[in-house]
Amino acid sequence: MLAVITVTGKDTVGVLAKVSGECAAVGANIIDVSQTVMQGLFAMIMMVEIDNIYCDFTEMVDRMEALGAGMGYVIHVMHEDIFNAMHRI
Amino acid sequence: MLNTNDILETISMIQDENLDIRTVTMGISLLDCADADIKASCEKVYRKITTCAKDLVPVCEQIEKEYGIPIINKRISVTPIAMLVGVSGGDPVQYALTLERASQAVGVNFIGGFSALVHRGFSAGDQALIEAIPEALSRTEHICASVNVGSTKAGINLDAVELMGRIVRQAAEITQDRECIGASKLVVLCNAPENNPFMAGAFHGVGEPDVVIHVGVSGPGVVRSALARNGKDKTITQIADLIKRTAFKITRMGQLVGTLASERLGVPFGIVDLSLAPTPAIGDYVAHILEEIGLEQCGAAGTTAALAMLNDAVKKGGVMASSMVGGLSGAFIPVSEDAGMIDAARSGALCIEKLEAMTAVCSVGLDMIIIPGDTTAEVISGIIADEAAIGMINSKTTAVRVIPAIGKQAGEELNFGGLLGYGPIMKVNTLSPATFVHRGGQIPAPIQALKN
Repeated sequence: MLAVITVTGKDTVGVLAKVSGECAAVGANIIDVSQTVMQGLFAMIMMVEIDNIYCDFTEMVDRMEALGAGMGYVIHVMHEDIFNAMHRI
Repeated sequence: MLNTNDILETISMIQDENLDIRTVTMGISLLDCADADIKASCEKVYRKITTCAKDLVPVCEQIEKEYGIPIINKRISVTPIAMLVGVSGGDPVQYALTLERASQAVGVNFIGGFSALVHRGFSAGDQALIEAIPEALSRTEHICASVNVGSTKAGINLDAVELMGRIVRQAAEITQDRECIGASKLVVLCNAPENNPFMAGAFHGVGEPDVVIHVGVSGPGVVRSALARNGKDKTITQIADLIKRTAFKITRMGQLVGTLASERLGVPFGIVDLSLAPTPAIGDYVAHILEEIGLEQCGAAGTTAALAMLNDAVKKGGVMASSMVGGLSGAFIPVSEDAGMIDAARSGALCIEKLEAMTAVCSVGLDMIIIPGDTTAEVISGIIADEAAIGMINSKTTAVRVIPAIGKQAGEELNFGGLLGYGPIMKVNTLSPATFVHRGGQIPAPIQALKN
């Protein structure tokens, strides 16, 4: 199963490191990352595998959101099914 | 693989455009709770609801978290209580108090089904239940009442229409000190659907399974933004197509959430009700979609046509996206819940007569309209009869949820707070239909041929 992590906020040093560090801490395997900086706004989308995470998925959602709040970023973690449902027939 | 634009589109729909699952409603049959002793009957009702729905709220909250999609309301609909009253006799208010206790125990924000179906006539329990509605609504907070007074197959029960005019007034009078809120939880229907997850008209039909999960999705904000972003210089055909695509995406979300909830609760999945229902949140209004289509203000000439197109496009998009669409699917036009409608009513652009025309092409009917406190019961009955006739002839659901603002006049306002919103008191034609509504009897069912 995959989850989609999106991170948006002002571009600063080490965002990717912190988010991927947290992924490693919960055991989520990163399989794809795309990021862009538009006029100083940092936007990153990360696909991670959540089959073997060490905690509940809801706990991972909480941890990521807390991490974002601490850095002044908005981080969403959502199950991939919601995107599949909406954009695939 | 998912592409970036799709991901960002979904997130901005939820974050910026108020896309949400409006309600997950668990339908519960109470037929097996009927008992000749009202006390025993109430006890069984309480036990059945608190057993079947004990996990409803936690499961919905878990889905909200995992999928990042807000589920605003968790609700329950039950078998029309008049059927239980028919078996047990006694004071129907006891059932309302039991439902209230159950709603608080499981944490849902409404239970619908304090209802009676009397489109052909009253059976045991119906009359007693209807007479008890005002007291039941004033002594509870989370209970919704509905009465079906007509259908295309049965015609319109004019005795029930006359009675409901009085009951609507009483429901407002008895809650006068609370902004007449009683009447905002009471709806009079024609062609009521059995599987509707939306309040106040939700009840669990007798043809439904014992327990079932229905989902109501919404998203007027998403449709409006899609039109604002991509609708410039488009023909109305292209606009209809754009609405269809957007409705499709919204409904897919409802289908996903419904499937998950039904799996996790071990309860069969009923229907997705795809309704554009406004909320008091900024930017989430049906009136603004109509204005985006090109009307100076909702209520202008052309409003009915634009609404008809919107309503139809929403259904077409939704039907493709879900395995089972039902309920009231379409566009709702509750005045007090839609800031665009409120503005139009305040400025005089929107009057009850125009709203009545709009109900002929939209999802439901005259909804959440505040009328002067001195409006007579006969006039309210007349409004109900007109609306029921539109439903009966056009084979669609129509409804009346008007709130007489006791002690207030046109121009003043009522504020219910929360999802029910606020709004100005709208003028009503005060000419008396008394002789007509007091005639009683049944308006015969209409012929289904010679359509014109």
